[in-house]
Amino acid sequence: MQTINLTRDYDGDFVHRVEEESGQNVSLCYQCGNCTAGCPYTFAYDIPVSQIMRLVQAGQKKTVLSSKSIWLCATCESCTTRCPNQIDVACVMDVLRHMARREGLAAVPQVKTFWDSFLDSVKAHGRVFELGLTVNYVMRTGRFWTDLDLGPKIFPKGKLSLKPHEIAGKEHVARIFERFERESNS
Amino acid sequence: MRIGVFICHCGSNIEGTVDTATVAKASLDFPEVVYATDTMYACSEPGQDGIIQAIKDKNLTGVVVASCTPRMHEPTFRRAVERAGLNRYMFEMANIREHVSWIGKDREANTNKSVDLVRIAIEKLRRDAPLSPSKFSINKRVMVIGGGVAGIQAALDCADGGLQVVLVERESSIGGKMAKLDKTFPTVDCSSCILGPKMVDVAQHENITLHAYSEVDAIGGYVGNFQVQVKKKATYVDWTLCTGCGACMEKCPSKKNPDRFNEKIGPCTSINIPFPQAIPKKAVIDPTTCRQFVKGKCGVCAKVCPTGAIKYDMADEIVTEDVGAIVAATGYDLFDISKVTEYGGGRYPDVITGLQYERLLSASGPTGGHIKRPSDGKEPKNVVFIQCVGSRDKSLDRPYCSGFCCMYTAKQAILTKDHIPDSQSYVFYMDIRSPGKMYDEFTRRAMEEYGARYIRGRVAMVYPKDGKMIVRGADTLAGTQVEVEADLVVLAAGAEAAVGAPKLAEKLRISYDKYGFFMESHPKLKPVETNTAGVYLAGSCQGPKDIPQSVGQGSAAAAKVLALFSKDMLESDPQISRVDIKRCVGCGKCIITCPFKAIKEVEFRGQKKAEVIETVCQGCGLCTSTCPQGAIQLSHFTDNQILAEVNALCQS
Repeated sequence: MQTINLTRDYDGDFVHRVEEESGQNVSLCYQCGNCTAGCPYTFAYDIPVSQIMRLVQAGQKKTVLSSKSIWLCATCESCTTRCPNQIDVACVMDVLRHMARREGLAAVPQVKTFWDSFLDSVKAHGRVFELGLTVNYVMRTGRFWTDLDLGPKIFPKGKLSLKPHEIAGKEHVARIFERFERESNS
Repeated sequence: MRIGVFICHCGSNIEGTVDTATVAKASLDFPEVVYATDTMYACSEPGQDGIIQAIKDKNLTGVVVASCTPRMHEPTFRRAVERAGLNRYMFEMANIREHVSWIGKDREANTNKSVDLVRIAIEKLRRDAPLSPSKFSINKRVMVIGGGVAGIQAALDCADGGLQVVLVERESSIGGKMAKLDKTFPTVDCSSCILGPKMVDVAQHENITLHAYSEVDAIGGYVGNFQVQVKKKATYVDWTLCTGCGACMEKCPSKKNPDRFNEKIGPCTSINIPFPQAIPKKAVIDPTTCRQFVKGKCGVCAKVCPTGAIKYDMADEIVTEDVGAIVAATGYDLFDISKVTEYGGGRYPDVITGLQYERLLSASGPTGGHIKRPSDGKEPKNVVFIQCVGSRDKSLDRPYCSGFCCMYTAKQAILTKDHIPDSQSYVFYMDIRSPGKMYDEFTRRAMEEYGARYIRGRVAMVYPKDGKMIVRGADTLAGTQVEVEADLVVLAAGAEAAVGAPKLAEKLRISYDKYGFFMESHPKLKPVETNTAGVYLAGSCQGPKDIPQSVGQGSAAAAKVLALFSKDMLESDPQISRVDIKRCVGCGKCIITCPFKAIKEVEFRGQKKAEVIETVCQGCGLCTSTCPQGAIQLSHFTDNQILAEVNALCQS
């Protein structure tokens, strides 16, 4: 196991930014583990959520932002509900995901790609176009056969339209995206 | 008047941000000041000697010390000026530490503010008059409220010290929470065996009067002379006749009432004696379940009672007890586990509190000391203990540690193995808090000798599945989620202030914190005193405590009472209100305003006038600001003095 030098490797700026962006005080966490105890995704995580919180407290930016857990979190908010110190843990996970993205990190690229495809679809049509999103996602990830069996089940139910449903005022939605890009670049 | 001014450095506490020499120099320009100096520590022996010497050398008639808050050292300096021959009220204090040096860094501004505060103190001192306390006699009886182990200890120590003691207990027997416990940590000796003799001592002590099944209704008076009205709740049994034979309990047809002594984990009869060692061992009828009261007919107990003690028409009775001091020892209650819905307490019968588990372990409990789970009466093999349920939890507004749960859980894990050798205990904990003599060794023994499996982490949920309770938690040391298939889940419910504690505090005129625990006078140096003279605290009413701490506090409170009663007369504080009878128009506004009922109406030459009862007045000053005539004045804080202080500040 690697030794962490707490003097040198503590990234105070990282801790500060997580706290600022999430509006949470991470020093409130006393490591009871209730978030991990309730988390339905612990089985898939590489680092359990309580340890993510600990690593944030310890200023271990690289370890946290390159973890798979922050991408696998489904924001079900069990952790937030259970936390005895009323920390919005799911929000912290969300903030970490955003920070990882800004750093160009995505330990589970499929999840990031799915979000990208989803947002591209919303930007283009004002709402999501399911089939377009699926095709986009499959093309980017090459996961041709995964979930293919679901097609015959949902097509007859009209859940997967062949044409996008354009909404009125979709240019306004597009403008939100433009403004986000402009402001996040400035 | 010849005034001396002493500016204290308090080491660097004041001198660090206030130029005390300059303050002293500036003081010399104020009226009637003949001497001013700065001093390293005014409160130290040489510091006090310096003040006394100056009073003698310079013929001072009044002294101002600018130092810390009067709450800290006003009594010290008053005694010092008194030793030099001055009246102790010819002294004023300017607080230039808490109000100046500790709260600002600007040395020049701090120095100027200190000069202002000294000027104010001087203007007040110039209008001070010598005051002398009057003496009053005290009633050397003491009331102890609450008959748990802390109250029992306080009562016994006071009684052994020769005082008459009145012990008031809400339940029908004394013993409190300790009487419900099976064993005590860390010695694992039988709780009722070590408490029982003390309870018997209470019953047999000639100096102790016990009011069981009684509550304090109202409290009047002041230190040395309290009048307490005690409501003796109707028991519907004449206790002078009841022998505690228990024949009524055998025959009572209403048998399935939740037994409060057994924490509602077993049934009891409507007429009941809570446990075999009860003191007093007398029966009480619960009118909410008794058929005679609910249906209007039954009368079985009246028929079987060999002494004819049953009295269905009994009513509550109020008795007045005159005492000189009061010890509050009202204990604690348990956190309501049903508030933590994810654990299912109150919904699933096999999720119980630690105190309920004690009753299952106890030979006098509903199962006769055999551990049987409530749902089906089966002997559990896997028992899960969950710590900190209603403790250290901000989301439940219970951020404090209840202190004793870590220890009783370890004890229960040990006892579980003793009762059921092929059982396995699991303890979910956050931290093990065991700072007591032989305490940590005890928790280690639970793990090392009794094989209790300790898991560091909280539990997120408990749910039933195939006759088991599934406990899903975290093992933070392993960094993973864990599950236990339990037969019984025991929650270490945290301690809360006793039901009704805030109301009692208001009657006692003492403070309580936001959780309802009574406030001690000083968290370190006055742990059993309150801010109300003559009222003391013992045990968990002040905050969660284990048995040795509660017993220690019971004895400590008794020592305080004995010290108070070692004098025959008490001095009253002369800083009280006085009525100028010539100005009083008898409007009575002060009488209505006074929160202590310290002002009464009298007739003087056919005219109504107000009169202050010296011993009751607390010197709060509400009456002086109410009086439209300025006729009632608080000694040492007269309107003229306060106006002079304001003038000194505003006109400087």
